[in-house]
Amino acid sequence: METITDQHFDVQKIRAEFPVLDQKVNGHDLIYFDNAATSQKPKQVIDALTKYYEHNNSNIHRGVHTLAERATHDYEETRKAVATFINANEAEEVVFTKGTTEGLNLVAQAYGRKFLKAGDEIMVSEMEHHSNIVPWQLLCQQTGAVLKKIPITENGELDMGAFDQLINERTKIVSIVYISNSLGTINPISTIVKKAHSVGAKVVVDGAQAAPHQKLDVKTLGCDFLAFSAHKMYGPTGVGVLYGKRDVLEKMDPYQGGGEMIKEVSFDGTTYNDIPYKFEAGTPNIGDVVAFKEAIEFIQRIGHEALHTHEQKLLQVGSELLHKIEGFEPVGYAGDKASVISFNIEGVHPFDLGMFLDARGIAVRTGHHCTQPVMDRYQIDGTVRASFAVYNTKNEIEVFADALQEIIKKFKK
Amino acid sequence: MAEIKEIQEEIIEEFSMLDSDMEMTISYIMELGEQLPDFPEEQRTEENIVKGCQSKVWLTPELQDDQVVFQADSNTAITKGLVSLLIRVLSGQTAKNILENDIFFPEKIGMNRFIGTQRSNGFAAMIKQMKLYALAYEAKVQSGV
Repeated sequence: METITDQHFDVQKIRAEFPVLDQKVNGHDLIYFDNAATSQKPKQVIDALTKYYEHNNSNIHRGVHTLAERATHDYEETRKAVATFINANEAEEVVFTKGTTEGLNLVAQAYGRKFLKAGDEIMVSEMEHHSNIVPWQLLCQQTGAVLKKIPITENGELDMGAFDQLINERTKIVSIVYISNSLGTINPISTIVKKAHSVGAKVVVDGAQAAPHQKLDVKTLGCDFLAFSAHKMYGPTGVGVLYGKRDVLEKMDPYQGGGEMIKEVSFDGTTYNDIPYKFEAGTPNIGDVVAFKEAIEFIQRIGHEALHTHEQKLLQVGSELLHKIEGFEPVGYAGDKASVISFNIEGVHPFDLGMFLDARGIAVRTGHHCTQPVMDRYQIDGTVRASFAVYNTKNEIEVFADALQEIIKKFKK
Repeated sequence: MAEIKEIQEEIIEEFSMLDSDMEMTISYIMELGEQLPDFPEEQRTEENIVKGCQSKVWLTPELQDDQVVFQADSNTAITKGLVSLLIRVLSGQTAKNILENDIFFPEKIGMNRFIGTQRSNGFAAMIKQMKLYALAYEAKVQSGV
């Protein structure tokens, strides 16, 4: 496939593919900087969803009729596209979920409950999203396993020295975020995987924030599981992926019971379907899975390199402009960082900033971003988070920085 | 004391001059918050917090004769402004009146996001808490305690 080189990267052309961006909010041109919460969707994704419901809607894997065959074909084509996208060995290693959260819960319950026992250790970091903390806390309650925490440093990086101290023969699972949603930090996954594997632990990667920014390659990462969501990578909401290595997935118990996940059912006993269907009980979110393929195609068409170059430029421009603002306090300034700027302005509550920015049509996220331990670590209520995507522009960042300057004046009377 | 409904209508009238301009509206709300009497430091306790996902509100009730007098504060300027409007509407009213009247002004001044679906602030929780205090006082009156 032909990808867009840096010279040919035309952000205006890309913007034109996103209908939602062309609107006024509170009388101003919309500036959407809440991409880490969810990205907007290009027309090809929206069209695929419409086409599915207008032409092909049918239940999958069982019907003998033409529509059922079309729907099944398209659904499975997305699975193949995901497998290629993350460089998995085979499509069967790709389980569709409703999102990253479900993927993490699935591993905790279907793997963790079967293989962990009292005294075993599970390691997460202090920068995890709540969805990569709570499922493990539940598992600890169920099994008697113990949850350990890798602390973070002042600039928002993992304390790898502490990780080395914490990891030991009792560590059975290390579940770690690839890119932090509240700090933007990109974590050294391959290093963590090597160390974890050396003590026999399985590694789960929360790739929710990485999927739109980084090339996800499960072979390079070496992880046992990788969970991510379609909606943060220009795809539909309600679809996620759990990648798992074949031998690990096969050993696991089913997650939920129902149709699709069985081979034979009788009241004497039930046998389960093969992977990945063993983990996909019930009618899945067919339409959104079908449309998800177009999101992958969109990212591949732009290419990770062009995407990365553009977003890093935005990050650089944003950081420079915001640093000029009096009272600017960045939260998380790791050397290796995605296009996310999390910050506070001295003396102004993030909530107030978010409200005034919205009045100017600028969408940011404010609050603790479902990472309360991070906020506790820095002893703050929350942050303002501006997260940039492929369709954002330098000009939007300039408007944003000017707006911030003006808004802050209201608080400095 | 004006009726709860009348005070709310007054507020809506005041805000109508801002012509639905969101920035002017929230700037004005913030200014109103600045005029709220200082909240007693010793009352800034965990017990008096009404929690929202992002902003905190401190609220205390006091029964003066048969009127419920509220004092409140918030850690965010805009919530504090909205809180000052609620104080204006409900403080000094009887418990019975507080319980019988609906709060409809936030929606009419374009602030409906604060009372329904968003968990982001303590405002919706504050209305509920004020009504709960009124209910408690009303129950006391009914039982003659």
